[in-house]
Amino acid sequence: MTVTALLFASYAEALGSDRVELTLAGNTTVRDVVERLRAMPGGSSLPASPLVAVNLTYAGADQRVESGDEVAIIPPVAGG
Amino acid sequence: MSIRTAIVRGAIDVAALLAEVESTANGATILFLGHVREMNDGRAVTGIEYSAYGEMAERELAAIASECAEHFGIAHLVAEHRLGALELGDVSIAIVAAHPHRAEAYEASRFVIEEVKRRLPIWKREGYADGASEWVNAGGVAHEQPAQEQQ
Repeated sequence: MTVTALLFASYAEALGSDRVELTLAGNTTVRDVVERLRAMPGGSSLPASPLVAVNLTYAGADQRVESGDEVAIIPPVAGG
Repeated sequence: MSIRTAIVRGAIDVAALLAEVESTANGATILFLGHVREMNDGRAVTGIEYSAYGEMAERELAAIASECAEHFGIAHLVAEHRLGALELGDVSIAIVAAHPHRAEAYEASRFVIEEVKRRLPIWKREGYADGASEWVNAGGVAHEQPAQEQQ
């Protein structure tokens, strides 16, 4: 299955892209997606447990990820 | 009831926001403005570039306003957050909360800005007088999931 990982701000700079298509085995969680990204070149800048949103809603590391999901890795926010 | 939020790219029209919540039902109106400040951590700032996970930021800001309305009984609340390249003194966020009584209006305004700081997916890259620029908070400690949002 395929999920789209979105990267922002410092994380996008670290991985050199703001969007990565990942092909994963079934039975996948948010944690698996983060681990895949951290294994990519530049990915070691990502923390092991970053804030993550699945389909626009904050999600825990154990949340299941389905094919077609949009998984956003959220750097420390700095609005205001 | 008028509750409205927006993520915008142009300048925020503060007077228009104040007019939007005007009602003779309200005895107190609180306006909060966030500005681009000239100094941060001892460095001279020249401007800030704001970026966002746009679709989620719109949803989260609307959710914050909705929670605020429910929690404080606020019927008139407007909040706008600006993105893009801002210069010193520019307004990055404006929150207007109006209520029959001042205590609720103050608390509602504070609630919105604190929740924005905690959870709105927006980032800022500060530019400095020496020509450098850096993501604010980037490289800080890994942010774990907020406790109340754990599954």
